[in-house]
Amino acid sequence: MRILSYIAKEIKFWEECNKYGVSIWECPRFLFLIMGLVTVVSMVATNLIAIRYADPEIVVISVASVAVLIFSVGNVVVRSFEKVANVSRMKTEFVSIVSHQLRSPLTALKWSLNLLISKDSNLNPNEREYLEIIREGNERMIKLVNDLLSVTRIEQGRLAYNKEDFDIIKLAESLVLEVKSFADANNVDLKLLGDKGPLNIHADKQYITMVVSNLIDNAIRYIPKTGKVEVVLKKNKNFVDAKIKDNGIGIPKDEQKNIFHKFFRSTSVMRHRTEGTGLGLYLAKAFVEAHGGRIGFVSTEGAGTTFWFTLPLSKKINNQRLKSQASE
Amino acid sequence: MSKILFVEDEPSLQKTVGDILIKEGFTIFQATDGESGFQVAKSEKPDLILLDLILPKRDGFEVLKDLKSDVETKDIKVIVLTNLQSSGDIEKAIEFGATTYLVKANYNLDEIVVKIKEVLGK
Repeated sequence: MRILSYIAKEIKFWEECNKYGVSIWECPRFLFLIMGLVTVVSMVATNLIAIRYADPEIVVISVASVAVLIFSVGNVVVRSFEKVANVSRMKTEFVSIVSHQLRSPLTALKWSLNLLISKDSNLNPNEREYLEIIREGNERMIKLVNDLLSVTRIEQGRLAYNKEDFDIIKLAESLVLEVKSFADANNVDLKLLGDKGPLNIHADKQYITMVVSNLIDNAIRYIPKTGKVEVVLKKNKNFVDAKIKDNGIGIPKDEQKNIFHKFFRSTSVMRHRTEGTGLGLYLAKAFVEAHGGRIGFVSTEGAGTTFWFTLPLSKKINNQRLKSQASE
Repeated sequence: MSKILFVEDEPSLQKTVGDILIKEGFTIFQATDGESGFQVAKSEKPDLILLDLILPKRDGFEVLKDLKSDVETKDIKVIVLTNLQSSGDIEKAIEFGATTYLVKANYNLDEIVVKIKEVLGK
């Protein structure tokens, strides 16, 4: 049964080609099939000719012409692959250009709002609230553009990490403080537990901030009425172990394998909240792994989810400690 | 009071950054293309230059190169303030002598002021 369904899937190559956006005569998989057929037919034909005529010249001519045919089909296959690769490159470039062009007006909005909402501006509460709404909308657009740019860079293998030493406990403290009001508004009890720190890691602060805030944000977001979220950071040998634990809706078992896929959004999540791009966890995984860490989760539908990740502690700080211990 | 030159072709960004820097008590000079940016740097000798990378006439990389190879301007600190963000751009800017590289969309105005003060060593 399994073999049959595999064959059926392989034969339905046109679905694959539709996805790439190329016609059937440019579809590598279809052309490959044609080439296989041509090869088989020509082998049989050459064999028959050889048996019937046994004239070496005819055999040589037929073998040569078959070789030419296969060669030209091969050429078409290679060109089709090039076209598919080109389409993918154009898509990436398109995202890059659009994102850069979007960033300028979004920055202008952001900075103008900064000035309007600054502490000493004379706004009545109503005006302040409307401006806050604009500010939040703008921040969401900036985040989306940033996420899309990160995705294209990860795909191109061009993401640069600007690494520095910093205390991840301190980072978590400030992030927890930042989302406290969002947690309160959602009736979620948000707590930071574990080691008191400092736990220094050598990493790109901007990207690690994205990972941690994304996991906390998700945890809060997917608690239906009231609940609690615990952020636990602990030192474990040369790594920091982080856990973000919620008692929210959980992830359905059949969807768990897709959780880190690009643009994937769980159906249970969609019922609950529609906001989101499905990029957060894909990026979190890419960032954590690029820093030499691991990421994963345990989830029971209806009972809650615990996301965990590890990141290597800064070697420099540890070495310095070792050195100062040795000199003592 | 420190003098700051902001080279940026987008008027809305010129206005917002200009306003906050004036409020913070800096003297600010503005240029809207690479060529005049370099000229103002030479004539006014600011303490700090905020430099965009995508500029008319001469782009930010060229301006940075000119600034760093001119005796009169080579010691002026330069903060690259741009929305370009590929690894190549960042490396190139730092290699050409920029002190820091900030992505505009990711910073609030007060965070930019903090960075400016940091670089000026206040």
